[in-house]
Amino acid sequence: MKHPHFTTVGRSLGIGALMLLSGCTMEVLSPKGDIGAQEKTLLLTSLGLMLLIVVPVIFLTLYFAWKYRSTNTKAVYMPRWSHSARIEVVVWTIPCIIVAILGVMTYKSTHALDPYKPLESTVKPINIDVVSMDWKWLFIYPDYDIATVNQIAFPVDTPVNFRITSSSLMNSFFIPQLGSQIYSMAGMETKLHLIAREAGDYAGISANYSGAGFSGMRFRAIATTNEGFQDWINKAKASNNALTPESYQALVQPSEHNPVTLYSSVPTGMFDNIMHNTMSKIAGLDPANCTPTSKNLIAGNN
Amino acid sequence: MFGKLTLEAIPYHEPIVMVTLAAVILGGVALLGAITYLGKWKYLWTEWLTSVDHKRIGVMYIIVALIMLLRGFADAIMMRGQQAVAAADAVGFLPPHHYDQIFTAHGVIMIFFMAMPFITGLMNVVVPLQIGARDVAYPFLNSLSFWLFCVGVVLMMLSLFVGEFAATGWLAYPPLSGLEGSPGVGVDYYIWALQISGVGTTLSGINFIVTILRMRTPGMSLMKMPVFTWTALVTNILIVAAFPVLAGTLALLTADRYLDMHFFTNDLGGNVMMYVNLIWIWGHPEVYILILPCFGAFSEIIATYSKKPLFGYKSMVYATAAIGVLSFMVWLHHFFTMGAGANVNTFFGIATMIISVPTGVKIFNWLFTMYRGRVEMTTPVLWTIGFMVTFVIGGMTGVLMAIPGVSFVLHNSLFLIAHFHNVIIGGVVFGCIAAMTYWFPKAFGFKLNERLGKYSFWCWFIGFYLAFMPLYILGLKGMTRRINHYDDPTWQPYLIVAFIGACFVAAGIGFLLLQVAVSIRDRKKNLDTTGDPWGGRTLEWSIASPAPFYNFAHLPKVDHLDQHWEDKENGTAYAKPTHYEDIHMPRNTGAGVFIGCFGLVMTFALVWHIWWLAIVGFVGMIGSFIVRVYDRDVDYYVPAKEVERIDSAHLASIQKAV
Repeated sequence: MKHPHFTTVGRSLGIGALMLLSGCTMEVLSPKGDIGAQEKTLLLTSLGLMLLIVVPVIFLTLYFAWKYRSTNTKAVYMPRWSHSARIEVVVWTIPCIIVAILGVMTYKSTHALDPYKPLESTVKPINIDVVSMDWKWLFIYPDYDIATVNQIAFPVDTPVNFRITSSSLMNSFFIPQLGSQIYSMAGMETKLHLIAREAGDYAGISANYSGAGFSGMRFRAIATTNEGFQDWINKAKASNNALTPESYQALVQPSEHNPVTLYSSVPTGMFDNIMHNTMSKIAGLDPANCTPTSKNLIAGNN
Repeated sequence: MFGKLTLEAIPYHEPIVMVTLAAVILGGVALLGAITYLGKWKYLWTEWLTSVDHKRIGVMYIIVALIMLLRGFADAIMMRGQQAVAAADAVGFLPPHHYDQIFTAHGVIMIFFMAMPFITGLMNVVVPLQIGARDVAYPFLNSLSFWLFCVGVVLMMLSLFVGEFAATGWLAYPPLSGLEGSPGVGVDYYIWALQISGVGTTLSGINFIVTILRMRTPGMSLMKMPVFTWTALVTNILIVAAFPVLAGTLALLTADRYLDMHFFTNDLGGNVMMYVNLIWIWGHPEVYILILPCFGAFSEIIATYSKKPLFGYKSMVYATAAIGVLSFMVWLHHFFTMGAGANVNTFFGIATMIISVPTGVKIFNWLFTMYRGRVEMTTPVLWTIGFMVTFVIGGMTGVLMAIPGVSFVLHNSLFLIAHFHNVIIGGVVFGCIAAMTYWFPKAFGFKLNERLGKYSFWCWFIGFYLAFMPLYILGLKGMTRRINHYDDPTWQPYLIVAFIGACFVAAGIGFLLLQVAVSIRDRKKNLDTTGDPWGGRTLEWSIASPAPFYNFAHLPKVDHLDQHWEDKENGTAYAKPTHYEDIHMPRNTGAGVFIGCFGLVMTFALVWHIWWLAIVGFVGMIGSFIVRVYDRDVDYYVPAKEVERIDSAHLASIQKAV
């Protein structure tokens, strides 16, 4: 950071302000992963920087209103004074400086926190494909050939690469304690890269209103040890409950408050099929008239 | 015959709706009965409903705004009530379908049918008086704008009792607002209510731009224009630039829903993000459309009651213009989480922060207007100080969320809800009430009760902080918006505090209405006999209160920014003119009312797919307009003698007061 003093002062001010708020836990401010931690620092630093200007302004407002109240006839009164080049320069410059510092921070942090940017790590990442449905979350582990509804698990200290789409309405995939959210949109793929540094069972939500069942569209994100993760995978494998194109058709129907479901296997290319199913609509194709390849793709037979 | 409309459309099974309907019917019957009993129909029709007088139209806008404030607030307190109880196993009293309509209606009403008419009403009352004009450039168009806006209001209210309203959120994002996501008529009500009132808004934007640019009194160059008029000019330019985008976006959504097109659904290559981009290209300027005139009102108020000219007038003008331009360059900050690249997000993040520079300058200028002044602690000043303290907090949280990395964790959370209520209540609502109190005597000839006004202020101020500070914390606790039920019991205490805050706001609204009622009762004691109750600085305070229908007996000559104040200083104010002239005035017309009625028929029929009736309504609108076009008797002259009589009475009353 180019302005170490500003940011240090800013951060301590920001932390101080929030300590005043309460002793309660605030999930966004107690992150359990790198992305969330950086975002917390960014939030507190910029908040503190702005408090440097906001607090004096509030104070001056109250002070001037009090000091120059009409009943205080002892205060100086200048009925024609309305211009001062010096003050004008100062009031244009101060916000410019703050915004310049924030601008630099924004440029750096936005590139550093780009949700599409894979995380650097020596550990091999876990791939999870996410599909928002009406109104539940389908998670597919392509490397483990399992799928789940409304629950994910992954080892701590391991990068998780999410690919995200939607089977119909738009939602936003968000685990507050791990950091960034991103929209899920039908026919489109978005990406998100997160990592957990502490084991735990974190709340996951949809952060974009999607109709009647939206409030119940919650899932759990379990960060655990490598062994715990392997056990969880094995549990899914042992569930003897395969996700097939037929059971998917049942799942895709609107439903609310779905219990956690584990699927022991999942058709290859499921995520792409779901996305391309809406993609075929984009191309204006009737699945019945497609070429054999695309027909297979859409039917999930590849 | 009746399209999709059947008796099933009336929600008999919703007790809340039915009780409201009963209250509306009883209230309506009582009101109509009272008008009939008092024999006021003719007065109402000839003096108000058909009026083309900008002051009367302005007053009608504000009355509608206050009524819709009650409706919007009723929605708000129901939401607060629901969230205060619906934790863990409790489901609360609002089922999702009802709750979803309520938060949608709350947003739509507060923005389109409360804040917009309040602002438009204020501009109507004040702008022509500030620039020394006798009316707006197109008086009939002004009346038409008002009635088209009223059609939107009526349609919105009808949706409560006939059918349903949209359950999509106030911006109706597809695919949820598409036919598959929302097969009912709710979104159609939304589309047509916004579309027809938007036409009114656009027309009134054109009207005010022309008025301000072409009808200023001799000598008033642009840089001698009062700052409220400046903000009104920029706001109306924004309206004319932004509202056609809304109209176009809604038209595309209409095509999706009525003509089986797919602009915003995946089939045949549509894309939801096109809608989201387009709606915010209108939506972000919209918030500046609302706040800029309030900035103008605060500027007038703080200068008048500090007994000093506004500090840094030129800075203020440039800052206003800069905000106007920048407001079109930041829309993407409403959806950083769409998955745009880091460079795109950075651009929109920094552009957003840059807006805080001119806004910050404005705050400093108000500060230095108070500096070395004699600040009278009147109700409008309380609202202004309350605004300054509150708005900087809202501005700060806004800039915070302009940083994409922060938006990634706070987007759509209650932190966001707290932020925009922080700026809209702290800025727009406080500004509108302050402006209403300040200019009330100019419209009605008597002052509002100070004590009740102060009660109202404190209830609103405390209520705002109680209602929204907990929401900031809940946002940081990971609570997202628009949920009607939650599992985490630690959220509940905050939501209960927020509900108590809403109750304080309810008391604030109560005191506001009581203030108006008591002031009307005691009007004889609070008469403004001079036309200048506050020691005003600009031209509107140089004429009688209430302003005579022709505004200015003779057009004032302007050499100074604060012309009226300078005239008073030099002892040249209230000079009797050497002679009076006939004044050319527009005649009242019912054409706006008729076009509005046919417009209501047309839009209601379109909502319910009653095609023949829609054609009737459309032909009726065009027909009424043609009849109006061929009406040659649209103006008249007020004889010089009549002007002299009214003006002499005013000058005599000033003599008596001095």
